[in-house]
Amino acid sequence: MVVDGVAEEAEAGTDRLFQALADLTRRDILRRCGRDELSVSRLAEAYPMSFAAVQKHVAVLERAGLVVKERRGREQLVRTDLDALDRARRALDELEGAWRGRVARMSELLAEAPEAGSESPSEFPAESPSESEPETTHQPTEGQSR
Amino acid sequence: MSVTSLDKDLDNLTLTLVADFAAPVERVWQLWSDPRQLERWWGPPAYPATVEEHDLTPGGDVTYFMTGPEGEKFRGWWRVATVDAPRSLEFTDGFADEDGVPNAAMPTTANRVTLTARDGGTRMEMRAVFDTREQMDQLMTMGMEDGLREAAGQMDALLTTG
Repeated sequence: MVVDGVAEEAEAGTDRLFQALADLTRRDILRRCGRDELSVSRLAEAYPMSFAAVQKHVAVLERAGLVVKERRGREQLVRTDLDALDRARRALDELEGAWRGRVARMSELLAEAPEAGSESPSEFPAESPSESEPETTHQPTEGQSR
Repeated sequence: MSVTSLDKDLDNLTLTLVADFAAPVERVWQLWSDPRQLERWWGPPAYPATVEEHDLTPGGDVTYFMTGPEGEKFRGWWRVATVDAPRSLEFTDGFADEDGVPNAAMPTTANRVTLTARDGGTRMEMRAVFDTREQMDQLMTMGMEDGLREAAGQMDALLTTG
């Protein structure tokens, strides 16, 4: 999941990805175009809907990055982009990064004097501030982006 | 180090984490129960969190926003399921639009946190499970399949189950 510090565009991208996959016809298009490049007109023959309607589904998939369209002669060929499918898998990696960062910050907070207040309480110490805890590893890479 | 173990289970879309802290359970619980402390660790330093609502009771909400370097705001929410202070907390968290309305298109996670005293400190176990909406499941199933790239034909079986 895009948990922390996510750029707006990445959020919108996930949004489009899930919406694109939420439709049976579109998943079927992905399946067909994963085996073979198919033209939009060939695809349209497979569904009880208009060419324009199929074209619309393909456009949704294209915007989500799930298919790539190529023009060949007079035809538009549609191909499923398998890389896009890896994106959701990275969600867990991002969640991991977020939680590693959170745990590191929790440790830092706990290492502060219990009677808080001696030093600026709302800033993160730049360097390891701990007298007693050797455990301040910063996780600058958290929320590893896309 | 404070993260003792971490496991990512792609089949069940679950992240499990064990962390050990050199502080008593009550003190660690405060990091969750005090909104001023929560906002100091929930968001990354570049996106500090500001907690608005903070109702840690069953059915209660926590709402917050994170402010990015350009001043942009990202809103998020928790819906609290169970609370057993200072030992455990279950909540779902997700993103919201700029008006604070939960964004249904973004995945949510169900989280369970438990704190137990251990060796004079506190062990925190955290389990986060992505929601199981069909498309998310399917996406993960597909992304996980080894050799999928080579065997595009397998997508057939994977996708028709949807």
